[in-house]
This record gives sequence, C-alpha cells and structure tokens, in this order.
Amino acid sequence: MTPADVLALAPPGLERHAGGLIAAAPLVAAGVAALVPAGRLAWMIALATAVLCLACAGVLSAQVWDGAVVSYAFGGWAPPLGIEYRIDPANAPILLLITAMGVLVLLYAPRSVEDEIDRRQHALFYAAFLVCFAGLIGVAATGDAFNLFVFLEISSLSTYVLVAMGAARDRRALTAAYNYLILGTIGATFFVIGVGFLYAATGTLNLVDMAERVAPLADNRMVKAGFAFVIIGLGLKIAMYPLHTWLPNAYAFAPSIITAFLAATATKAAFYALLRFMFGVFDSEFRFQPLMLVTVVAALAVLGMIIASLQAAFAVNIRRMLALSSVAQVGYMLLGVAMGTSAGLAAGFLHLINHAMMKGALFLALGIFTLRLGLTRISDFTGLGRVMPVTMAAFVIGALSLVGMPPTVGFVSKVFLLEAALERGWAWAAAVIAIASILAFVYVGRVLFAAYMQPPPMRDGAPARAAAPPLAMVGPLWVLALANLYFGIDASFPTALACRASGFLLGDPSACFGPGAAP
Amino acid sequence: MAAFIAGKSYYLAFVILMMLGLYVVFASGNMVKRLVGLSVFQTSVFLFYVALGKISGGQPPILVDDAHGGSHGGGHDAESHAAPALRGAAEADEAGRAADAAHGAAHAAEAVIYSNPLPHVLILTAIVVGVATLAVGLALVVRIREAYGSIEDEDVEQAENMMLANASDPS
Repeated sequence: MTPADVLALAPPGLERHAGGLIAAAPLVAAGVAALVPAGRLAWMIALATAVLCLACAGVLSAQVWDGAVVSYAFGGWAPPLGIEYRIDPANAPILLLITAMGVLVLLYAPRSVEDEIDRRQHALFYAAFLVCFAGLIGVAATGDAFNLFVFLEISSLSTYVLVAMGAARDRRALTAAYNYLILGTIGATFFVIGVGFLYAATGTLNLVDMAERVAPLADNRMVKAGFAFVIIGLGLKIAMYPLHTWLPNAYAFAPSIITAFLAATATKAAFYALLRFMFGVFDSEFRFQPLMLVTVVAALAVLGMIIASLQAAFAVNIRRMLALSSVAQVGYMLLGVAMGTSAGLAAGFLHLINHAMMKGALFLALGIFTLRLGLTRISDFTGLGRVMPVTMAAFVIGALSLVGMPPTVGFVSKVFLLEAALERGWAWAAAVIAIASILAFVYVGRVLFAAYMQPPPMRDGAPARAAAPPLAMVGPLWVLALANLYFGIDASFPTALACRASGFLLGDPSACFGPGAAP
Repeated sequence: MAAFIAGKSYYLAFVILMMLGLYVVFASGNMVKRLVGLSVFQTSVFLFYVALGKISGGQPPILVDDAHGGSHGGGHDAESHAAPALRGAAEADEAGRAADAAHGAAHAAEAVIYSNPLPHVLILTAIVVGVATLAVGLALVVRIREAYGSIEDEDVEQAENMMLANASDPS
C-alpha cells in the first residue's frame, strides 16, 4: 500500500484534522470511559478510540512520507505563539508505533484484565489507559516544549496509577509505583527547569522557533545548562542507565497488559523527545553537543548495555529479567544516537521500532503465561515448550529477536548498528554490541533451556497441562511475533521510516543507508 | 557584587528551595515527608518561572487606555506587546530598566511596559500537574500503609525482604 492509497481511503475531514484529533480523541474518550458503569463498554470505547488514532497516525504518516511537515495550530492560534502540533518524518513513526501497540494491547486486554484487576475498577482502568495513551501521543505529536512537559506528566501520572493497579496480584506494585512517582517527577521537573532556561534565553517555547534562536547562542551558559537539564530529565524517563532504577520493579509488578504497553511505547515516546531536543533543537554547530554525545551518552550507553545485561542474566523473576533487558536495549539505541552520524541515528531509531516489536511480543506472551499458570519465576518455565507450545513458540521468536538472530528484526537493527559503528571508526562499540548480544543470549537462553530441555512439572502423576489460551490473546501476540519475522526478512518499511526520521532530524535527507535509501 | 546578588534574589531563592526539596526527597525515610520534599522541589521551579516573567517597572499585562491616542494606539496591541514577551527575561529586564529611564526623561515617548504573562500562565498548568502528582503520591502512600502497615521506607523494605526470605515469590 502506497502513501497515496492511504490518503485516498481517508475522509477529507480526517485528513485535515488528524493532527489534532490524534491527541484530543483519547483524552475526551478517557473522560467518557471513566463515567460508564460497565468495564466492557469502557473497553469498547477505548478500542474504538485507539483504532481511530491508528487511522489518524496512518493518514499523518502518509502525508509526511515525502518529507512534508503537517502543522496543526490548536484553536487557530498561529505558531510560534500558539501551540502547534507538528507531524514530520521524525515523529510520524512514533505515532504509528504507539497507536498500533495500543490497538493490539487493547484487543488482547479483556481476559487478562478480568483476571488481574478488580471488576469494579475495569472502567477506570481503561480510562487511565486512555489517558496514558493520549499522553504518549501528545509527547510525540506536539511542537511546543511546555506542552511536551504537560503531556509527559499526563502519561506519567496515569502510568503510576496503572502500575499501582498491579497491587491486586502483588503488593510490591505499590512501592514500585511510589518510587516511579518520585523519580518520574524529579525527571519531569528537571525537564521543565531546562525548558525554563531555554525559554529565558530564546523567548520562545515553539521547538522549531527555538532551534532558530538557539543557533547564535551556542556559547550561552544558560542554553548549555538548559540543555543539560533537559537531557537528564528525559534520560530519567527513557531509563538511561544510572537513572533506570524505577523501571525493573515498575515493569515487574504492573498488570500484564500495562507492562507490555509501556515496554513497547512509554520509553520510546520519551526517547523521541530526547532526539527532538538533541538534534531538532540543537544541531551539531552547538559545540557542546558532540562532546556530550561522546563523553556522556556513549559512556552511559555502554555501561547500561553491559551492566543491565549482566543483572538480567542473574534475575530470578522473568519480568524483571526482561525489564533489565529493556534498560540494556535503551543502551543500544543511545549508542547509535551517540555516534552522531546519520547512519548511527538511523540505526538507533530502527532499534527503537524493532525493540517495541520484540518486547511487545515477549510481554504479551508472559501475560498469557500469567493468566494460565500464574508463573513469575524463570524456574517455573520448565517444560513450558510442551505445556503451552503455541504461546511459547511466539515467545521464542521474540527472544531470538532480542538476541539478534536472523531472520528477525533484532538481527537487522544490530547489523545496522554494527555498520554505523564501524563507519564511525568505533571498533570498541562493535565489540560492546557483540558482548551485550552474547549476554542477551545467556539470559534468554536460561528461559529457553528451561522451557525446552527440561521436563514439564508433574502434577498428579502426569505432566502438567494448561488450557488453551484464548484466541483474542494469542492473536495480537502472533501478530507481533510474525511482525518480528516479516520485518526481519523484508526490512524495507522500518528502515525507510528510520532513515527518513534520522535524515529529517539531522537536516540531511539524502544521507541514508540500505534499502530504505530509495524513496 | 552585593547588588548583583540582590538583583538575582529570586533565582537564589529558587536554587535554595530546589536543593532543600531534593535533599528531603533523598534523605527522608518517611514517604509522606519525601512527597513534601518533592512538592517543595516543584514549587521552587514555579518560583523560577514566575521570576522570569517579572520585568522591573512592568505593569500587569492588561491593555491600558492610551491617552496619546492616534499613531501611538497601535503600539499597545498584540504585536508590540508580543515583542517584549518574546524576549528573554534577562534581556527584557534590561529593557524594562532602560524604559524606566526613558519614562522619566521624556514623558511624551512613554511606552507601557508589561510584565510577561506567559510564564505565569505556564505555571498555572504546572501547579495543576504538581497538585495531581501530590494527590496520586498520597493515595499511593495510603495504599502502602494499608498493605504494609507502615510508611517508613525501612519497615516496608524489611517486609519485602521477609517475603523474599520466605522464598514464596522472589524477584
């Protein structure tokens, strides 16, 4: 399907208002969902909204496919004074990712939610989910620095609530949510201090306008301080290595579908915001930036890749293991970004998209295991390949993708990362990627070994059995698992997205790599 | 030097409050106190923004009737109003002082200096966000107290470690 086909399908009103609707619709729907009495109805509202947003994201992606920019002025107040929603090749893929994951997770949700959450809270649960969904979309879509902060907090506040809802299963969800709240708020406040500095120096909050005004201020100390505050604040939100401590527990104890949704989208939206500031607002003329990329971002990326992977290799709780692996994977993305070249940025962006697919698949599979068997420990996985073969097979695809085996998306993004590292002359980075991949093989291998090489637990003299998982849950899981394979074999779509995004952010659309280079 | 510091007293207060708040967040073992520290930390940022918008000699940003009328009337509408609003605070501060001097020298060339309303409006939003954060945080503390019987970090940690030691559900 070409972009023109997508636009031909869309009604004209949607084409004109998709930029505003995509963030406003879930916010309004969240209010409605909170008021309806039945959880089932709230779920339908949420799903319908997510589908609408996916349609908007599809239309917007088609509109910006040629490198165009869609600007939507809220309330008719023209930018730079009014709040502008600005969709361009850099954030359209993020919108597509968030909305597609939202639809898949919601399709999967009802059985899992019934199992894990008190019936009386279902409507509120879906309402909070919609608020989180709206917040993430807003972070990706907005072109205004302060609006970005507000949406960051909208998504974070609802995330704290959603994580805490895991308390029905394990009370540690409460302390996990509390710690996340403290650290998340510190991160957001650092971000807003940085925005304040930048505003004081440039007098504008519009990101495009700010980029123009910041250029002649490259040596201004206030701008440098603002930049540092913004990077640290967003670094907390993306779980950059030493600032990641909120993440493992939050992911381990949140309800299953929330973990799957957050792992695939939340850190991604914040990561996009980081890229927008690093490259959209400040360019390489800004002498502070290359120094920061090499000495801070690259160093932390490497530490994260190695240490978080090691921690994952010794984790006992399977969700905690995958959460620590997420911290390591953020390191891969940051390493690509730290190279500061268009190939490196594109590789990091590609890994962002691909990581959402693999972690989404893995956590959705875990949700099914939780529903049927209630397992949390890796040692519970013994013989699971025989007890639940269909779900476990999808888990294996996700796991191999995480390690980077061909023909999965994980392989593609690692090849591009390695190529970018060698092109930049960073042989050590290539070595680190290889070491981290081996560690990934170790921690994933423990699970696969237990699942396939060990006999299933005996119950009443016969191997344990589990009822077949509901189709509504296996469907979305396999969609993601097959996406891991499909885009691993034909990577042209995600690489084209990543390439356009990096080209757009660096203001150099021609410099690209691989099959995505051809328009 | 003293004048410099006095001129920047708002910013000094911002930094002191910010550090106090952060210190309480990290040093206190009581979950409610940590939330209080977090609030102080956030409030310090509100002060910073509000201080940014203040211009010495600036009026509240409300259109004033222009006695000189005519050609000067256009000067007070959104266009020229936006210009000082868009400038950085430090710069605008200077502009404010310069305009004050001009005010004394030549009454005819009087231009109304407005304080920048934008940071104040932003902070209204940020206050709402801060209140929501505090509310969610306190609600979580209530639930933690119900689940663990304490709001002290140490006790809660001990309870979690006991769970681990019992090996019922290690993490």
